[in-house]
Amino acid sequence: MALKLSDYKTDVHNDWCPGCGDFGIVNAIQMALAEMNIPRDKAAIFSGIGCSGKTSHFINVYGIHTLHGRVLTFAQGAKIANPDMTIVAAGGDGDGLGIGAGHFVAAGRRDVNMTYIIFDNGVYGLTKGQASPTLKLGEQTKSLASPNTNYDVNPIGLAVASGFTFVARGYSYDIKHLKDLIKAAIQHKGLAFLDVLQPCPTYNDINTRDWYAGVDMVEEAQKRHSRIYKLEDIGFEPTVHFNEESELNEKLSQALIKSLEWGNKIPIGIFYKNELISRYGERLTDTIPNFLENPPAKQRISSNGKPITNVSKLLDSFEV
Amino acid sequence: MSTDITWLIGGPQGSGVETGANIFSRVCAEMGYQVFGKREFYSNIKGEHSYFAVRVADKKIHSNLNDVTVMVSFDAETIFRHYNEVMSGGAMIYDSDLENTTTDDVPTLNQIFKSRLHKELEAKNKPFTISGVLETAKENGVNLYPVSFRDILSKLADETGNPKLKALIRMFNVIGVSLSLGLLKMPPDSLFKSIENIFSKKPKIAEINKQAANHSYNFATAKFNDFNYSLPGTKKEPHTLLVQGHLGAAIGKMVCGCRFQSYYPITPASDECVFLEQHQILEIDGDRPGSTAIIQTEDEISAIGMMIGSALTGTRSATCTSGPGFSLMAEAIGWAGINEVPIVITLYQRSGPSTGLPTRHGQDDLLFAINSSHGEFPKIVYASGDIEESFYDTCNCFNYSDVFQVPVIHMMDKFLSSSVVTCKRFDPSKVTIDRGKLLEKIDDNDYKRFAFTDDGISPRSKLGLENGVFWNTGDERDEYGHISEDPIERIQMMDKRMSRLELIAKKIPKEEQVVSFGVHDFTIISWGSTKGPIIDALEMLKKENIDIGFVQFKLLHPFPTDYAESLLKDAKTIIDIESNHTAQLSQIFKQNLSRDVDYFILKYTGRGMTSTEIYDSLKKIIENKASKREILKHGA
Ligand SMILES: Cc1ncc(C[n+]2csc(CCOP(=O)(O)OP(=O)(O)O)c2C)c(N)n1
Ligand code: SF4
Ligand SMILES: [Mg+2]
Repeated sequence: MALKLSDYKTDVHNDWCPGCGDFGIVNAIQMALAEMNIPRDKAAIFSGIGCSGKTSHFINVYGIHTLHGRVLTFAQGAKIANPDMTIVAAGGDGDGLGIGAGHFVAAGRRDVNMTYIIFDNGVYGLTKGQASPTLKLGEQTKSLASPNTNYDVNPIGLAVASGFTFVARGYSYDIKHLKDLIKAAIQHKGLAFLDVLQPCPTYNDINTRDWYAGVDMVEEAQKRHSRIYKLEDIGFEPTVHFNEESELNEKLSQALIKSLEWGNKIPIGIFYKNELISRYGERLTDTIPNFLENPPAKQRISSNGKPITNVSKLLDSFEV
Repeated sequence: MSTDITWLIGGPQGSGVETGANIFSRVCAEMGYQVFGKREFYSNIKGEHSYFAVRVADKKIHSNLNDVTVMVSFDAETIFRHYNEVMSGGAMIYDSDLENTTTDDVPTLNQIFKSRLHKELEAKNKPFTISGVLETAKENGVNLYPVSFRDILSKLADETGNPKLKALIRMFNVIGVSLSLGLLKMPPDSLFKSIENIFSKKPKIAEINKQAANHSYNFATAKFNDFNYSLPGTKKEPHTLLVQGHLGAAIGKMVCGCRFQSYYPITPASDECVFLEQHQILEIDGDRPGSTAIIQTEDEISAIGMMIGSALTGTRSATCTSGPGFSLMAEAIGWAGINEVPIVITLYQRSGPSTGLPTRHGQDDLLFAINSSHGEFPKIVYASGDIEESFYDTCNCFNYSDVFQVPVIHMMDKFLSSSVVTCKRFDPSKVTIDRGKLLEKIDDNDYKRFAFTDDGISPRSKLGLENGVFWNTGDERDEYGHISEDPIERIQMMDKRMSRLELIAKKIPKEEQVVSFGVHDFTIISWGSTKGPIIDALEMLKKENIDIGFVQFKLLHPFPTDYAESLLKDAKTIIDIESNHTAQLSQIFKQNLSRDVDYFILKYTGRGMTSTEIYDSLKKIIENKASKREILKHGA
């Protein structure tokens, strides 16, 4: 039976501030799941802690609201143990790039087949607007006592450098485009990263919806109606097509260079995509040949309450 | 006459001390003896002093003694550090080329040890050299057996026409072991077999080592024939294993169906993971091969996060760590607690805090484990006393976590994990697997993961189960798992979760909670790996017609108050024995039983307890000569 979009919505009251960019992201995730017709019990949303962390409660699939900064660890464990699940991890920029930055880098190296979405609002929303790792040096959002003293982290660049094999950016008010990106990310074979520009109308008075729309830059805005443009519109080709160093270097470096664009022209779309690298689960088959057919969650361990793992030979080897 | 001797081998880390000890232990075990070996080492890869003390007896033993019967050394440091442990009538086999070595020649002798040693030697008017130390040993009644290890290599090189052997000082360990076998008049065949075993992948090296072994063995039998002790062999107990401490938990995990273990390397816990990874593929009766996914993570936070993620899929999942890593796991333990996720953490304690004594023993983390994480939630803290027990306990811990839907912290320690012992073959047929209310099928489409039930435990779905969708959150939640801050719902959910503490104390069989080895006027309470040395000390006292009771606590949280109270009602004097400074068990004991502990026998040197020192302290207590806190010091 085909599921409808409404099947993916819970009736949990959503307490985000009016106008928050998070609404667009949740809608896009629900639409992507519905369009892909993923059974509700075969999908799980893992989320971190922050305003963004509540996401898992609004989507009617398994929803695991974890710990601040640790969402990737929980999600990877679940995916490794049960590879049949479609897993989307979601969390704030503070969650993923501040307290969780170590896990971000380690996850890239592992390349577990799942999707990770960062709600990039430049602030720590839920703790009332402190600077997040993506806020630029010297910027002073509403609740900061003084301008930001740290240089910003570049999420796209960090993802590319860490080994994520699908790296993209979306915009929370372009829901249709975002939905398509989420679908592409889920379909991607490997760890997909999505940096979603998410205005926080309550605390980030710099990167607002109007700012992204280019309202302040009259002349430019006349031409484009937005600071944001799509990589696909300029014919940007993100995919690594063959496993050669020159090809890889070209695709990695163009992604890095694109990731540095900010200010009056902000690219969204897919920066980098490489499916020629083996996924973590497949790497495990080097030592456990049937790992993918018989992963941890599928294994029988007992029969009538008795163990069925036979360790006789092992014990024999220790017998004197 | 019964056999009970201790053999000690020492040398710089990386020089094959462990291999030497493994060969010796194996040979003894194959000859039918019971073996208890303990490894001590620095946090260092090459050069610092390490040693292995192997006790060999023709009856069941559970610990080491203070006295060494035979010491074999191929470096000066071992002699300086251990000469005093060799008993009168015992033997020292040593490298005669070392006789002129001074304490200052050994850079790894720390200053404070050196000044203690110098004082000892000064008092006896001896020079600060190996000769000085050896003279002292001789005056103590120790038999000295000097051997030039280099000479043995030269002769071997001549005999075999292989001049390269002259420089093969890596074989000093095998030479030392073989000399010991000759001295103790042990038959050499198991020695050769053991060497073949250990070097089975390198036949050439095996061959050279066998030549060296043969040569040294013959040397010793020809020359050392005045020694009083021997190991002629004894009747072998059928189905005896020779295992290292981490194998109980590791094999337990395989048997009881743990299929996911994430970890970050740390001594003394990683050995277990390495072993599990080496034996990743599992033979399953009546099914295709199974496997354990062993995932090395970026840190312990990730290790516990991944294991929780895996546990949510219905997979039996675990991690193992030591104090520093456990500290990093604290936040997530609370998450698992509030979300009622069954997980098992095998906690191999060492001496902390921080890096503390990283490769040494301690039972410092009991209260930390009990109080780990923030907020209030039910958990189980459970401790194993020896290797054999740890196999069955591991399986039980998984059952407890599944049945009660709580995190279980299984306390182990460095003394347990680095001892090598003979024990009865583990019997998987004694193991049961109880997954509690884990669901395999859900028909109704209004599933509530945290539904209120009579016993306070809700049927548990898992990721991927049809109709089984649920939510988790660290916040308080409603029956579906969605966030709730409703005050009344908070009370209901808290009461539901916390009611499990009572249920645990009620449902876990009493004999799995506390083990009584008898209760007398003087009765010991203890937990964890002190069990072995206590049992042996009590045995020694029994021979003098002194009966002391012993009650071993295994379930430490929730505390088995009522059962302990009933067990201990006739004990007049309570003696608490632990490897820590603050007598942590006594604190919870006092809190729960409103009863004071009368004496403490404590050790926090980082070295495990010997039965000798427990015996000595107990004697003092009985004779009313002890201080309230008896602090043990034995061991280099
Ligand atoms: C270990 C820990 N430290 C601090 C907090 C407090 N805290 C809650 S949300 C949050 C920041 C959220 O910012 P971000 O991740 O950017 O998410 P947003 O609210 O912006 O969506 C912090 C620091 C916490 N929950 N846990
Ligand atoms: S604080 Fe910002 S991010 Fe959080 S809900 Fe409000 S608008 Fe959204
Ligand atoms: Mg944020």
